[in-house]
Amino acid sequence: MTKNTRRDFIKTAAAATSTALLPLPALAQGAAGRVVVVGGGFAGASCARAVKALDPRINVTLVEGSRTFTACPFSNTVLAGMREITAQQFGYDKVAASGVTMAFAAASAVNAQARTVTLADGAQLNYDRLVLAPGIDIRWNGLPGYDEAAASVMPHAWRAGEQTVLLRRQLEAMEDGGLVVISAPANPFRCPPGPYERASLIAHYLKTRKPKSKLIVLDAKDAFSKQRLFQNAWKELYPDLLEWVSLSSGGKVASVEPATKTLVTDFGRHQAAVANVIPPQKAAQIADAAGVSDRTGWCPVDAQTFESKQQQNIHVIGDAAIMGGMPKSAFSANSQAKVCAAAVVTLLAGQKPVEPRLINTCYSLVSPDYGISVAGVYRPKDGVLVDVEGAGGVSPADAPKAYREQEATFANGWFQTITTEVFG
Amino acid sequence: MRTICIMLAALPLFASSVAFGADAPPPGAAACSGCHPATLSAETAVPRLVGRDAAQLVSAMAAFRSGQRPSTVMDRIAKGFTDDEVRAIATWYAGQKD
Repeated sequence: MTKNTRRDFIKTAAAATSTALLPLPALAQGAAGRVVVVGGGFAGASCARAVKALDPRINVTLVEGSRTFTACPFSNTVLAGMREITAQQFGYDKVAASGVTMAFAAASAVNAQARTVTLADGAQLNYDRLVLAPGIDIRWNGLPGYDEAAASVMPHAWRAGEQTVLLRRQLEAMEDGGLVVISAPANPFRCPPGPYERASLIAHYLKTRKPKSKLIVLDAKDAFSKQRLFQNAWKELYPDLLEWVSLSSGGKVASVEPATKTLVTDFGRHQAAVANVIPPQKAAQIADAAGVSDRTGWCPVDAQTFESKQQQNIHVIGDAAIMGGMPKSAFSANSQAKVCAAAVVTLLAGQKPVEPRLINTCYSLVSPDYGISVAGVYRPKDGVLVDVEGAGGVSPADAPKAYREQEATFANGWFQTITTEVFG
Repeated sequence: MRTICIMLAALPLFASSVAFGADAPPPGAAACSGCHPATLSAETAVPRLVGRDAAQLVSAMAAFRSGQRPSTVMDRIAKGFTDDEVRAIATWYAGQKD
């Protein structure tokens, strides 16, 4: 909707005041509006489809630079040779078929005053409400020595795709007896249990294929998601193979030297045969361009509508946003997307959004048939999304084997379900 | 901008008659389809909720919450919703069709 249309909207609204009791006022048609969503991942594609489903009259455009989406959840199974990268990849045909207009170009600029998004191909889109779901960017040189060139030698594989395939090839090419090193970042970052699921599944690969090898996780933290469950499982499954070095034990990587695949801590140097550096991250660059990210590099939002605290009419969801107690996960992103879609549709219709309830469930595989999970229910409180007390938590520490197998089955089912909802 | 806000604030009857609202999922309901498939095509061991009897869903949630019914994550999730919230979600799912 342009400025002119906005004026018409006011006029229509004014006209409607005098006819407020009519069953179908003219504004019901006029208020539909334009929604632009930037980013076609679990947050953005879900949100675009949900807006269209809630009010088909709304003109919804999804801006995405790539025609193929490669999912991060379950990409650790690709590293372990349990599935191919193609099983992680999805197109946007069904998204388009659901009535969403696809714009296959990267978003390069946002003008919050004029309410326009400029695409890399020069096209300009007008919006009434913009939803930014751009995901993460790597903070290049946030870890000294780790730049884009270094990532081709010591892959991060934290944005799935070529990087995932590169890391898998390196693991496959490594001789039995080699040292694999994973560097895990400080909070916050995408997928808090991800580095530890990755360590588990690489350990599984090494145990079954290259048993003389060793895996070290160098961590910038002393605590991590599902820690007790992971550590119990490691003791049971990979006792001599996998070593986790905490921050207080000198695990924080201070710099990397790609020429020799060396990770340097304050206490020593680790020369790896395969090095996976999971570097510090931030909201993707378009969030900076739109003026919605703050000094932390992430985007503060209203806890009820996910509208930016820094720019009106721009909502931010998924990994790029600061969501209080909710972790940066695909499940969270999808859950936030549906709440955001309802808020956007409600706001465009001139109504007041209801207080939402959100859920997150994250499964991690420790081996192909050993799953663990964390779940949470969230609500806004004092302007922040907080855990609903008494709910949520992790899988029991003393669960029998059948329970772990069932969680591994549910993990697989979850991936099928969520990718079908978002892309199918 | 302020003008619009005032205008809309003065239109409560009008606002509630806008098309959106009748079939909007109640708080929490939209999150379920992350695991419980909204469509028939997903392959998963997790049951669908669409079209299920509301009373059945309410009693299942109560049994998950009390621990009477064994589960993996549902006990942890059910504890996050009040009886009223569960009832609203169950009624909404019961009314959904493929």
